Amino acid sequence: MTDTLVDLDEVLTRYEPVIGLETHVELGTASKMFCGCSTTFGAEPNTQTCPVCLGLPGSLPVVNAAAIESTIRIGLALGCRIASWSRFARKNYFYPDIPKGFQTSQYDEPLCTAGHLDVEVDGETYRVEIERVHIEEDTGKNLHVGGATGRIHGADHSLVDYNRAGIPLVEIVTRPIPGTGAKAPEVAKAYVTELREILLALGVSEVRMEQGNLRSDVNTSLAPIGSLEWGTRTETKNVNSLRSVERAVRYEMRRQAAVLDAGERVVQETRHFHEDTGSTSEGRSKEEATDYRYFPEPDLVPIAPDEEWIEKLRAALPELPAARRARLQEEWGLSATEMAWIVNAGALGLVSETVAAGATPADARKWWLGELARRANDSGVELAELPVTPRQVAELAGLVQAGTVNDQLARQALDGVLAGEGDPAAVVESRGLAVMGESDELVAAVDAAIEGNPDVAEKVRGGKVQAIGALVGAVMKTTRGKADAATVKRMLEERLIGS
Amino acid sequence: MSDVTATDITTTSAAALAEALRAGELSSVEVTRAYLDRIQAEDPTIGAYLHVDAEAALRAAEQVDTARTKGEELGPLAGVPLALKDVVVTEGVPTTSGSKILEGWRPPYDATVAARLKVAGTVLLGKTNMDEFAMGSSTENSAYRVTRNPWDTDRIPGGSSGGSSAAVAAGLAPWAIGTDTGGSIRQPAAVTGLVGHKPTYGSVSRSGLIAFSSSLDQAGPMTRTVLDAALLHEAVAGHDPLDSTSIDAPVPVLAEAARRGAGGDLSGLRVGVVTELGGEGHTDGYEPGVLARVAEAVALLEGMGAEVRQVSCPAFDLALPAYYLIAPSEASSNLARFDGVRYGLRVGDDGSRDLDEVMALTREQGFGPEVKRRIILGTYALSSGYYDAYYGQAQKVRTLITRDFTRAWDDVDVLVSPTSPTVAWPIGARVDDPIAMYAADLCTLPASLAGIPAISVPCGLSEGLPVGLQVMAPALADDRCYRVAAALEAAQDAARGHALLDAIGGRA
Ligand SMILES: [Zn+2]
Repeated sequence: MTDTLVDLDEVLTRYEPVIGLETHVELGTASKMFCGCSTTFGAEPNTQTCPVCLGLPGSLPVVNAAAIESTIRIGLALGCRIASWSRFARKNYFYPDIPKGFQTSQYDEPLCTAGHLDVEVDGETYRVEIERVHIEEDTGKNLHVGGATGRIHGADHSLVDYNRAGIPLVEIVTRPIPGTGAKAPEVAKAYVTELREILLALGVSEVRMEQGNLRSDVNTSLAPIGSLEWGTRTETKNVNSLRSVERAVRYEMRRQAAVLDAGERVVQETRHFHEDTGSTSEGRSKEEATDYRYFPEPDLVPIAPDEEWIEKLRAALPELPAARRARLQEEWGLSATEMAWIVNAGALGLVSETVAAGATPADARKWWLGELARRANDSGVELAELPVTPRQVAELAGLVQAGTVNDQLARQALDGVLAGEGDPAAVVESRGLAVMGESDELVAAVDAAIEGNPDVAEKVRGGKVQAIGALVGAVMKTTRGKADAATVKRMLEERLIGS
Repeated sequence: MSDVTATDITTTSAAALAEALRAGELSSVEVTRAYLDRIQAEDPTIGAYLHVDAEAALRAAEQVDTARTKGEELGPLAGVPLALKDVVVTEGVPTTSGSKILEGWRPPYDATVAARLKVAGTVLLGKTNMDEFAMGSSTENSAYRVTRNPWDTDRIPGGSSGGSSAAVAAGLAPWAIGTDTGGSIRQPAAVTGLVGHKPTYGSVSRSGLIAFSSSLDQAGPMTRTVLDAALLHEAVAGHDPLDSTSIDAPVPVLAEAARRGAGGDLSGLRVGVVTELGGEGHTDGYEPGVLARVAEAVALLEGMGAEVRQVSCPAFDLALPAYYLIAPSEASSNLARFDGVRYGLRVGDDGSRDLDEVMALTREQGFGPEVKRRIILGTYALSSGYYDAYYGQAQKVRTLITRDFTRAWDDVDVLVSPTSPTVAWPIGARVDDPIAMYAADLCTLPASLAGIPAISVPCGLSEGLPVGLQVMAPALADDRCYRVAAALEAAQDAARGHALLDAIGGRA
């Protein structure tokens, strides 16, 4: 079934969107939430398990203190209030990937509440209110074998890997975000992007979205412009890339507008997102939703972090991304727009490390947003995945500054670095890329150019100075670009015009 | 090698066996074999055990004997055999919790209780029968077999630790571990003439006890004498990092308290008799014979110098409904893991049914009627819209009961009551009347809900069947239970001998 969609511009002439996000982050703790099992990604299925995370009869959970600390730090970074008394709760439902028949989570007594995160889209700041940050355990992973959909229905059989079961998972829930209008998709994306930056700065998770370290449930609803009530929302589950977050909101806005235009009601339901088409499809309807029968987890004692510890954690928070950006923009003397380009290119860390390695901010920015961005784009990888380090980029910029290579030679040196031939200086050496000084070889090349192009030489002598370019080109050609063009030009002028 | 006969071995206290083993008068193999022989002869009638591995037991016994011969340092209980309720997870040894849904499951790990007893050098005779998932007061809810009360084999041995009580009372184990959620150690101990102690909640690790109701479950000793109970309790107690609700405090000195209590001096001890548990105006459902024995026991305590007074705890009247909301609620969640996916029974997985159907069929066939009744009750009590009225209210009652106890401790050191309103009833008499079955726990529930320690100690017979006195103490004051129980035991022994040891001896 294909959905009818309304153009986004048209949607906004009649409807006002409200979005909301629930983001799950797998913490990077060494051991699981309630047992000592390792959390390393990619191990053989079911090798990182024990009676506790397999939910064997009689086993009991023991809280991982590092996970609690990480959750509190996330809460503090988001300006949350940290509860002085917080409890775990059991969320009861049957599914093969939850070994105990319930997920140990938090319900009405979360660890962190009432925070906020400011995000910027096109120079405008949107405040996203954070309702709560709580800690829970991840589920196992199902692999449905056979069947067309890859979902459990229609599968021949299913396999479950419990390596992931019990990995600490932090859930960050926003309050509904109204007033974003046409920017709703971008605000959603900007929020997850900024949240990811914060998590990285805190060092609490590797936040590898492709490994499912961070997954967002995206809520979207539409209400007629001017309406006092919000519309019925849908929840698109497990959206796991930044771009998909934006696409999911956009698709739901366009789909829901068509539903409402047709005089029908939006069904409150969970929906699946499809990466390939950027569309969503219906999942479980909320009307037939499970009653999770939450109740306080009797196997665990309440968490009561003392004030002193919380203040110690607050004092030890690292510089957060927004503050860091403001500081670097100032230090590098950039405009807001120039800074935004760096950030949007995902190059902030790289530029900053390159500057730290000795390059000027201008050079660092030029290399990463120019030549390197083009290379990354050509080979379809992220900037950070290019096999070149900020230190090497700084070295390369240094070689240009010193006149050892010119821009063109520097690009050739970069080829060598990317090909794994070593650091820039070594590549310049091994490939013989250094600019030629006023050597005998260069003098010979200049003389040869004059002799080989008598007509041109005559023109220059006759006062047509701009014709000298052709002679410079000839010299560059014979020296295969290694000569310095300015030097060549000066040498030609000395010979043809005199000084 | 020794002049102790096999009958002596199975009719004496565990403490006496331990001493004979330490002194080299008996070997562990001798002791173990004597019990195994008696199990083989009598368990077909009694039905105390679900699993006995004679070879493994003798192997373990031999190891202790060898170690002792070599002069290795051994714990004080080394070589003494014991039985574990089948709710205790034992590595490589079948563990079913009395349920078909776990038939054939051999756990890959040991419960902390089992591990500590192994380290202590005790010898596991076998796993004892129980009401399925510890839900019941007669052991009739076992999915496997009927267990009979050695005092009258037409009667129930109590429950849910009825296999343990029957084994110890019949001379098929010198002592046993039981678990108590609402009275499952104390009531079976009372109706079979044993000492049974429910420790302070959190003082014995729950790691590896198949959970019934997590906020109530506690493992504890079921023994022939008070000193035995104290010794076994000390062997399993103490902080366990694997159980978050485990109390990080030193274990009180229990055996010493029992020895001191046996001295018979209770002067200065303030004893409260709980009005709401069989006292004036609250005698409905209590057998006169039970009340008479309890009154005599209280008089004995008074004779040893205790100051006795009546104490009213009005919230205790609400203990039964509160318990039957809290325990089933937690159970409905604890038993959710039995879904046929990872271990135990799986029914209907023939490719024709989907996941939900296989789970439903597995649970339909794997659980007995009482377990289903409680899962349904608990699921209902936790469901949205009913939570506050049921689970929420029950938690408030729990607070009120705790408050009644706290107030009582201002005036008295211990509280006493009958352990069970009746003596053991005939097998089958209450199976169709769950409410009557639940009433068996009337006296034991308040201490469970408050998490405080409580012991049941024999206090004579009514119509030839054992009656128990319950002694309750403040949290972490388990030693008081042992002191008072030991005093009572000593006074009774002096007057008329040890009813249980005599009875086991008489039947042998
Ligand atoms: Zn584990």
